[in-house]
Amino acid sequence: MTTRIVEVRRGILKKNDEMAAALRGRFEAAGVLVVSLVSSPGAGKTEFLQKTLLALRAQGLRVAALVGDLETDNDARRLAEAGVPVKQILTHGRCHLEAEWIGDHLADWPLDALDILFIENIGNLVCPASYDLGEAVRVVMLSVTEGEDKPLKYPTIFNGSDLAIITKMDLAAAVEFDRAAAHAAIASVRPGMPVLECSAKRGTGMAEWLAWLTARQAGQRQPATPA
Amino acid sequence: MHELSIVYSVVAAVEERAREMGATKVTAVSLRIGALAGVVPDALRFSYDVGTAGTLLEGSALSIEERPVVIHCARCDRDVTIEGIQRFRCPTCDTPSADIRQGREMELVSFEVESAP
Repeated sequence: MTTRIVEVRRGILKKNDEMAAALRGRFEAAGVLVVSLVSSPGAGKTEFLQKTLLALRAQGLRVAALVGDLETDNDARRLAEAGVPVKQILTHGRCHLEAEWIGDHLADWPLDALDILFIENIGNLVCPASYDLGEAVRVVMLSVTEGEDKPLKYPTIFNGSDLAIITKMDLAAAVEFDRAAAHAAIASVRPGMPVLECSAKRGTGMAEWLAWLTARQAGQRQPATPA
Repeated sequence: MHELSIVYSVVAAVEERAREMGATKVTAVSLRIGALAGVVPDALRFSYDVGTAGTLLEGSALSIEERPVVIHCARCDRDVTIEGIQRFRCPTCDTPSADIRQGREMELVSFEVESAP
């Protein structure tokens, strides 16, 4: 027997990364802004997204959502109440979404008939960090009930996000939420990332979030500036 | 825990190449994992035997080169290594930086095969 060393030097998740890059190209060509949402279980992603879909629809934007869950289509049914196209991606126990499943679930959706597509990832702040889904922006959510130091405990996902949203602000006083500590923790792991404070239930902060989204969406629509 | 999924991705990548070469057994695999890759090296090592069982990689030795995060400090105008992943500030001048130059990598570097001569 002979022994040989084979040099490879490729990304372990090359297949996922290539699919994500192809999706990103399709999204950009169709002019749809794709926003993924990540958080712990119970941070309020679904409620927040439902209110967001309703508000955007009321503004005349064409929106849709893909929802990842380990089991049950409860979240997809809740979101569908907003009257927009929603599809559930069931992972059957797997802890994150992958680009391939996004592609599969979009096969029969006309992307150029959409302005914004949301992807609600599995409630998990660890595993989704490694998988590019082709999204234009990743939004990480943290609820006031979770502890201000959560960004320090899960720095990878916070570092890899574009916007942080602190949810359930209506409960902030009840849980003695320390705003300054939460903002400092986010800034420590991702300097310069914008942070919004929202309550989907009361509607506070939602106007800023919608303005942020529509500004990004308008930017996406803009044709590339000729050189 | 998605480290087992990562091991399966390693197995798929290595087996594809190893079979092309006509190798019958993989004896060693070398990976490079950045501190911001979202993968815990110890969990990878723990999952490795389970994930490689029944494949060409069964029984192979896994080596992981762990890479720290390097950020670019605009004030010092140089790349600096930070300790850990909780404080993205220049260790010299304390300027914050989100400009990551190293630490996100998750790479299959090389592997070692045995094949009939």
